[in-house]
Amino acid sequence: MISRRELLASGAAASVATGASLPALAANAPGVTATEIRIGQTMPYSGPASAYGIIGRTEVAYFKMLNEKGGINGRKIKLMSLDDGYSPPKAVEDIRRLVEQEKVAFIFQSLGTPSNAAIMKYLNNAKIPQLFVATGAAIFSDPKKFPWTMGFNPNYQAEAAIYAKHILANHPKAKIGVLYQNDDFGQDYLVGLKSVLTGDKAGMITKTVSYEVSEPTVDSQIVTLQGAGVDVMLFAATPKFGAQAVHKSFALGFKGVRYLSNVSAAFPILKAAGLDAAKGLLTAAYVKDTSDPALAKDPGYMEWAAFCNKYMDKNAIVDGNAAYGYAAAQTMAHVLKQCGNDLSRANILKQAQSLKDFTCATLLPGITLNTSPTNYSPIRALQIQDFDGAHWKSAGELIHS
Amino acid sequence: MTAFLNQCFSGLAMGGIFAILALSLVMIFQATALLNFAQGEMAMASTYLAWQLIQHRVPYWLAFFLTVILSFAAGVLIERLIIRRFASAPVLTVVIVFIALVFIIDSVVGWIFGYQLQEFPSPFPDHNWFNNPLVSSHQSGILLVTLIVMAVVWAFFRFTTLGLAMRAAAQNPASSRLVGIKVGWMLALGWGLAAAIGSIAGMMAAPLVYLDPSMMSSLLLYGFAGAVLGGINNPWGAVLGGLIVGVSVNLVGAYLVGTQLQLAVALTMIIGVLLVRPSGLFGRTIVTRV
Repeated sequence: MISRRELLASGAAASVATGASLPALAANAPGVTATEIRIGQTMPYSGPASAYGIIGRTEVAYFKMLNEKGGINGRKIKLMSLDDGYSPPKAVEDIRRLVEQEKVAFIFQSLGTPSNAAIMKYLNNAKIPQLFVATGAAIFSDPKKFPWTMGFNPNYQAEAAIYAKHILANHPKAKIGVLYQNDDFGQDYLVGLKSVLTGDKAGMITKTVSYEVSEPTVDSQIVTLQGAGVDVMLFAATPKFGAQAVHKSFALGFKGVRYLSNVSAAFPILKAAGLDAAKGLLTAAYVKDTSDPALAKDPGYMEWAAFCNKYMDKNAIVDGNAAYGYAAAQTMAHVLKQCGNDLSRANILKQAQSLKDFTCATLLPGITLNTSPTNYSPIRALQIQDFDGAHWKSAGELIHS
Repeated sequence: MTAFLNQCFSGLAMGGIFAILALSLVMIFQATALLNFAQGEMAMASTYLAWQLIQHRVPYWLAFFLTVILSFAAGVLIERLIIRRFASAPVLTVVIVFIALVFIIDSVVGWIFGYQLQEFPSPFPDHNWFNNPLVSSHQSGILLVTLIVMAVVWAFFRFTTLGLAMRAAAQNPASSRLVGIKVGWMLALGWGLAAAIGSIAGMMAAPLVYLDPSMMSSLLLYGFAGAVLGGINNPWGAVLGGLIVGVSVNLVGAYLVGTQLQLAVALTMIIGVLLVRPSGLFGRTIVTRV
C-alpha cells in the first residue's frame, strides 16, 4: 500500500516537475523528478542462477549509454539493480526496500519465476507496475488477475504449442516422447503441447516422463523414452538436465527428431553435452545467436557489438543472456519515451500495454512485440532453429502460437 | 529387453558413483561414528581442482592423481585445523560444523569458479569397449574404477600396518594409544582417505552430471542410502549398497511406480531392510558391553 505521506510526496514532486501549467495530468510516480526516473529490479548476481546476472549488468549499462546520450525526454534513467541470490525471500526484502525507501517508479525485469511470484501480490496491491518480468511462466501474463504484472519472454505454454505445430506440420505421424521437469516450468510445456494436440491427435504423445531437480541424472528417463519407441523427443528441461538428455539420447543412438526447450539452448550448455551430440537439435528462438559470424553485417548485430565494445566486456557479445537483456532494456526505454511527460504509474502501464510491432536490435528478424490491455505476452511468435554442430540456424517461417 | 538392460547398466554406473561416495562416508564413520555431510561438497571442490588442472593442459591421469593427492592433504588439514577442535564437543555441534562446511565450500567454489555448467572430460575412449551396444566406455570405466578403489581400500586395511593401526584406533582408541598408535593422526588419515576417495567419485560423476557447485548434493543422498543399506561400518557392504541403490532406483522408476516416486520407493525399501537388519545388509552388529 502507498501511504498518505508517499502520495503527498509524489504529488509534490510531480508539481515541481510539471509546473503549474499542466494541472490536469495525474501525479507522476514516486522516483520521477524533472531530471530523473528511478526504477528498480532484483537479479541473481549470486547463487545458483548467477549466470543470468549478466542480464542485469547489460540493462544497467544500456541505461548508462542512454543517459550519456541525454536520457529519455530530458530525464536520466537510474536503474537500481539489487542482488536477490535467486531467493524469493531476499527478492521480497529487496523490492520493499526499492519501493518504500528508494521510492522507485516501477519494477523492471526482475528475474526468476519464484522471485517474481513472491513479489507479484505486493506490487499489484500497491498498483506498482512490474514490467517485462524475466521469466516465461504463464502466470505473469494474466491481466485479469494481475493487471500490474506484465511478461516479456514468450511463455512456456506458447513455446510448447509452437513445437506441437512444428511436429504436426513436419512429422504428422510422430510418436512423441516428453521429458519434463516436475514443476510449473515443465508442466507448462505439457499444457502447451496438449492445447494443440487435441482430439485424435492427443494419442501422438506416446510417453511422458518427469524428473525432479533433486535427481542426479535423467539417464534412466531417456532410456525409458527410447524404450517406448518414440521417434520425436521433447526435452522440457533446465540447462543441466537438458544437457544430460541431449547427451544420453545421442549415446543411445536415438535417430529421431529432438526438441530442446529454449532456456537450455545456449551454446555453453550444448558444448557441455557435446557438440556432436547436439547436432540436429531443434529449438524455438527469439534472440539472435550473436556468436554466429554470419551476423557480422546485420545492422542490429552491429549496434549490439558497438554497445558491448564500449559499455560491456567483450565476452558479452556472444552471450545470449546479455543480448536478451539488451532487448528488454530497449523495450523499456521505448515505453518510457512513449510516456512523454506523463510519468504516472497508470500511464507507464498504459504505454506498456500499447506496444505495436516494436522490434529490438538483438531479437531475430520478424520478431515483433505487441501488447494490449488484454495481451500481456509481448512476444507471441517464435523461430524454429536447428543446431548445425556450431551455431543455431533459422529453419522456415516464424510460427505463431 | 534392450531398454531393461540399458536401465540396469546406467543404474550400475550411477551405482558405482554412489558406491565410491558411500565408501568415503564409511572412512570417516568408522573412525568417528559420524556421517560427514560435507563429503559431497569436498568431492565437488576436488573435482573443480581437477578441472582447473585439465584446463591448464595437464594430462588427464596426471591431473587425476594430483587431485587425489591434494584432496588427501586437504582432508588431513580439515581434520587437523577444524574438526580436531570439536573432538570433545557434543554430536550436534559437530553436525553443525559439517553443515557449515557444506555452505562454506559451496560459496567459496562458486565465488572462484562461478555457477555456470562446465563440461568435464571422461578419461575413457569415445567408443564402447569391445563394440558392445549397451554400455558406454565411461559407464564400464566407472565400474572398473569402483572395483579398483574397493580393492585398494581393502588391501590397505588388510595388509598394511598403517591400515591395521587405523582399524585399531577406530575400534579401541584407549588400548591403541597404550600400544603406541597415534590415535589423533589416525583420525586425520581417515579424513584424508575419505577426501581422496570422494575426489574420485567427483571426477567419475562429473562427465555424467556436469560440473557445477551443486553437482554432488543429489548424489550424496544416494551415497548415504547406499552406505546405510549395505552397512555403514563395512566397506564391501557400502559398495554393494551403492550399486543396489543405483540399479533399484532406475528399475523402480521405469517399471514400477514411475519417476515421480522412484526415490521415495527406493528409500522405503531401505527403511524396510533396516527394520529387519538394523546394521544394514552386510553390516556387523556391534555389541557394546554396558
